[in-house]
Amino acid sequence: MSRLITDNNFTDPDAFYAALANLYRDRSETENEVVNARLILLLANQVGDQRILQEALSIAGQATTQDTQHHVS
Amino acid sequence: MVSTYTNPEYPYRKSPDQSAASPVHHPVIIIGGGPAGLAAAMDLALHGVASVVLDDNNTVSVGSRAICIAKRTLEICDRYGCAEPMINKGVTWNLGRVYFHEDQIYEFNLLPESHHKVPAFINLQQYYFEEYMVERCMEMPLIDLRWLHKVAAVDSSTEQATVVVDTEDGPYTMTCDYLLVADGANSPIRDSLGLESKGQVFEDRFLIADIVMKADFPAERRFWFDAPFHPGQSTLLHKQADNVWRIDFQLGWDADPEEEKKIEKIRPRIEAMLGKETEWDLEWASVYTFRCRKMDSFIHQRVLFMGDAAHQVSPFGARGANGALQGVENLCWKLAAVLKGHAAPSLLTTYDTERQHGASENILHSTRATDFMTPKNRTTRILRDTVLDLAREFPFARSLVNSGRLSTPCTYEDSQLNTADSDVFSTAMRPGSACIDAPVTTAEGPAWLLNKLGDRFVLLVYGDGDTEQQQALATAVRELHTSGIRADVLRVTRNTSPAAEPGEIGDPDGILAQRYDMQPGTVYLIRPDQHVAARWRKMDAELVIKAVHKALGASMTQEQPA
Repeated sequence: MSRLITDNNFTDPDAFYAALANLYRDRSETENEVVNARLILLLANQVGDQRILQEALSIAGQATTQDTQHHVS
Repeated sequence: MVSTYTNPEYPYRKSPDQSAASPVHHPVIIIGGGPAGLAAAMDLALHGVASVVLDDNNTVSVGSRAICIAKRTLEICDRYGCAEPMINKGVTWNLGRVYFHEDQIYEFNLLPESHHKVPAFINLQQYYFEEYMVERCMEMPLIDLRWLHKVAAVDSSTEQATVVVDTEDGPYTMTCDYLLVADGANSPIRDSLGLESKGQVFEDRFLIADIVMKADFPAERRFWFDAPFHPGQSTLLHKQADNVWRIDFQLGWDADPEEEKKIEKIRPRIEAMLGKETEWDLEWASVYTFRCRKMDSFIHQRVLFMGDAAHQVSPFGARGANGALQGVENLCWKLAAVLKGHAAPSLLTTYDTERQHGASENILHSTRATDFMTPKNRTTRILRDTVLDLAREFPFARSLVNSGRLSTPCTYEDSQLNTADSDVFSTAMRPGSACIDAPVTTAEGPAWLLNKLGDRFVLLVYGDGDTEQQQALATAVRELHTSGIRADVLRVTRNTSPAAEPGEIGDPDGILAQRYDMQPGTVYLIRPDQHVAARWRKMDAELVIKAVHKALGASMTQEQPA
């Protein structure tokens, strides 16, 4: 049974981060929320396996309150 | 100003060139006695080419500036004969800690890979780095170092370059076949020729404070994102020689550089960081902004630009001086080959193509590190902070945290000097790669592979070989020699007995064989700058000769018949 990979699985992590930041660069916050939603859906379909998706959803949902406050303020 | 270091003073000396009736001609004149200029003089001297180095000052770097010297730079300096004092004086750290807000989110240990002569990197103040280079230059008779000789004007034609120099004894003029310009990021020579270095200015300011700590502090690198003592910005703490610590505070674009340099302003920042009880003295402080930019071409007729004058990067990732030295080693063997008539002047254009590739890579890496530290908008800041938050728990997120990557040498992937593989190799090395070191044995005792390579072409051959192979090697070396090209055979044996013959090295532990994926009969052709030009599973004299000529730019001057 496969599980969510939390070790590094990127072939080029710096290139991925740069490309994502570049996608955000000249967009408004609302546009970026849409970009994020599209990206999540595309990647979720790539993962496919509901058990793995559930694991990722569970970790994503644990966002720390401290950081949430920090971003919202 | 700096209590732990006294800048040496190199005297002005009058050169006989200044009293000559007509301008004296030199093969090579180098402008700038910084890391790039000094390295070029040493590299050329090892190729038997004399040079004159002109510097408008009489000392090495004032203040520490560049501090992180990467492995490849130390290997290049080892070829020049000045790495040892650098390694002895430099500081090595292995433990890095990354903090986010109040907490350490993770630590990493850069345990160096074993079986290399030089460490993965050292931290050493730029003034020491330059001082050891100057000392080595002074031992080399082919180098004419001229301090307090300030270049007033340069001119270039397609045939030669002319330099007018100001001194306390008045001006004088010289001519040269090639003028190497390494006069720094703001290169007055570049400007005077109407040339430009283009790129991105980062809208951010950083305060560098070098301090001497009185108490012991562990030799670790610490990097804070959004620290409580310096909210919203990054902070870096790094150890240098003589118990000097580099603190780098990100200040933001709106900071006033003059105000921030004042000790009244710096003291509370450092106290907030280290605590009031920690005793320290300020050695040197500077506020800087930075750019990532390069010239469209590093070559203008007979003028060749090197170092920061040619390409400039942000300091994160230590690719300034390190990138400069890789550029110098790329240029100098080619220049020597052209001056000796072993290659057409068109070979020099590959200095531009290969190092444009290197400069772009360096700019890319340092831009990415800078962008990670300075998110450009709210969404990117959330992304960045989420990466840091997840990095506490998940290794995948740590791979995205970028506070500057270790500088690694550029591979000249698509260079027209390479001969593409026709055989299968399974190693990260490939044509264009810088050679990787390995411990070897020689008749004189234990040695290092890289000390056996460089300054000429080397055919690195694995295994004892049969008569056919030995004849093919002899034919190739003889034929190249006839054209004046020096190529030496270096035979690697699996033999463990120390009685290796000259030109033979032992690989008793098989480390070289593993790093180069050597099999009996494998041949590597290695350029004078220790980069791989070609490799085969079986020796063929014709292919080797062709590959050497290709590495000397033959395919650029004549179209190969199909």
